[in-house]
Amino acid sequence: MKTMRQKRARIAAVGLAAGGAIVLAGCGAANEGSSAGGASSAPSSNVSGTISGAGASTQQAATQAWVAGFTGSNPDATINYDPSGSGAGRTQFIAGGVDWAGSDAYIKGDELGKAQQRCGGDIVEIPVYVSPIAVVYNLPGVDNLQLSPSTLAKIFDKKITTWNDPAIAADNPGVNLPSTAIAPVNRSDKSGTTQNFADYLKAAAGADWPYDVSDSWPVQGGEAAQGTSGVVGAVKAGQGTIGYADESQAQGLGQAKIKVGDQYVGPTPDGAAKLLESSERVSEGGPHAFAYKLNRTVTDSSAYPISLVSYAIACSKYTDAAKSGLVKAYLNYVISPEGQQAAQQAAGSAPLTDAIRQQITPAVSSIA
Amino acid sequence: MSAPTTTPATATPSTKPVRQLGDRIFAGSATGAGVLILIVLAGVAVFLIAQAIPAFTASPEELPGGRNLAVYIGPLVFGTLLSALIALLIATPLAVAVALFITHYAPRRLAQGLGYVVDLLAAVPSIVYGLWGVAVLAPASLPFMTRLQDYLGWIPLFAGPVSATGRTMLVVGVTLAVMILPIITAVSREVFLQTPKLHEEAALALGATRWEMIRMAVLPFGRSGIISGAMLGLGRALGETMAVAIILSGSGIVTFNLISSSNPSSIAANIALQFPDSTGVAVNTLIASGLVLFVITLLVNSIARWIINRRREFSGAN
Repeated sequence: MKTMRQKRARIAAVGLAAGGAIVLAGCGAANEGSSAGGASSAPSSNVSGTISGAGASTQQAATQAWVAGFTGSNPDATINYDPSGSGAGRTQFIAGGVDWAGSDAYIKGDELGKAQQRCGGDIVEIPVYVSPIAVVYNLPGVDNLQLSPSTLAKIFDKKITTWNDPAIAADNPGVNLPSTAIAPVNRSDKSGTTQNFADYLKAAAGADWPYDVSDSWPVQGGEAAQGTSGVVGAVKAGQGTIGYADESQAQGLGQAKIKVGDQYVGPTPDGAAKLLESSERVSEGGPHAFAYKLNRTVTDSSAYPISLVSYAIACSKYTDAAKSGLVKAYLNYVISPEGQQAAQQAAGSAPLTDAIRQQITPAVSSIA
Repeated sequence: MSAPTTTPATATPSTKPVRQLGDRIFAGSATGAGVLILIVLAGVAVFLIAQAIPAFTASPEELPGGRNLAVYIGPLVFGTLLSALIALLIATPLAVAVALFITHYAPRRLAQGLGYVVDLLAAVPSIVYGLWGVAVLAPASLPFMTRLQDYLGWIPLFAGPVSATGRTMLVVGVTLAVMILPIITAVSREVFLQTPKLHEEAALALGATRWEMIRMAVLPFGRSGIISGAMLGLGRALGETMAVAIILSGSGIVTFNLISSSNPSSIAANIALQFPDSTGVAVNTLIASGLVLFVITLLVNSIARWIINRRREFSGAN
């Protein structure tokens, strides 16, 4: 009995000590954050208040890192983000329910007019999150798969059904391809990843991809799985499977190299950032809207064309001065090198290049 | 409340019943609870109809898929019914067998433990079944499904080609069967236990074996119970969301092929998958599909009621 009781007391003591250590560690981290942040983002050192955003779930992990980093140096600020989806985010922004929206597609057409109406002027739209989408596959014995855009489109359109198809063999000279059936895996839920992947297929292999681009997968009867984790899980579980997923989530799987120009390029954050740089700006949304028509048919082999660019959409002026100050400070942090680095660590995204940052910084500064 | 509750039967022979405050409060709250159920049900129906109307009136191009509303919802209805039907076909005989074993074959101590374990199955959250289905059952069933295709491929149900990951309608049906097993078993067990002992003993006395006794006395008596248990299970299978959403590789097609990677999705799973990123008429369309599911469930339950009522006079119960 006695030993038992002693043992219990000791366990309790260990527990207490561990708890204390966690508390201490928490303090330390908070202090570090504030000192580091304060040093780097000097112009807007201390803003306060609450702002809320909603939209793309692709930005969620990065946004968590941004909010942690930002509120570390601005402890009086509260920032909420509801990853309700791009469409829902834009709708809520237009309705005035949230102060900014995250969206995997830039705002255009009807929605653009409504957004400008809501803001009573120009909108501010900037790319904040750039990430390569990997074409992942599971085919034992084939480690270095290379695919041209048209082969890729035919595979996902179920026109090519076995791995030893001549079209795949032509892309992979000298590789011994098995006769396994191809099982293309797609997202069963709506997704910005699907939209960007389909957009690439449409732009780079339009002849072999006769579908409209949307956030739902257009081909019926493929292997459909829920979420990025579902697709990765399905590709891992099956043989001869091929799917598409955010590159940061695709570890441990084969990643196909895609033909760009006359070379085959694998998914890298640098390649995604490079793609954004070589893309043309869409002039539709006004002086502060930096939407890009991604150059899917890029021929520069340092760029990776299957990439996703997610935007933050805000107003150029808010009626509440405290709110505009906070939105401005937050977005400034998001596009800063520190913010982009935090996102890279948390979500595996590609940091914005300096060239892009120089372009979009005036837009953020214009918020008043 | 000083008088014991058992007295009224013997103590007051007068014609007018005594109504105490406690009686009235209880009667009032019971009535209120009953009415509340109706109000909630009516509220759900009103919500579904009101929100579904824009989908019914919208032009086909605005709807997801860009075609008719029926073209969108039809395959979902088919998938919902097919998955629930498979589940019911597997679960009902199994549940009746388990219930019979518990009530008539197993030693009492084992029966109690087994009954407890079966009830425990009902306490597992459906998402856990979903994860189990996709991580364990789907890969494990691949060799079985390959064999089905090899030997029974001439039946359209098993035409294949077998899915590469095993996330098929058949696996969904089996998972749903496990999920609805406890409710059917529990209801059947309770009914079997209520079989009049005299019927059973009479059958045995006439020289019936135990199986003949069960067939002649227990099963006819319990038939309505089995049916209502099965209908409760069917209700759960029709509305099951997360397990189907996680396991099934679904798209908007109609096929009886149970083992390929092309399967019709179910209404509830489709809503769960599409709702988060849907806006405008797409949301109304999803709610319209929810309305269809609501009507189907209502129909299923009404049919079950009707069957039970029709059978009542033969069953020996009441």
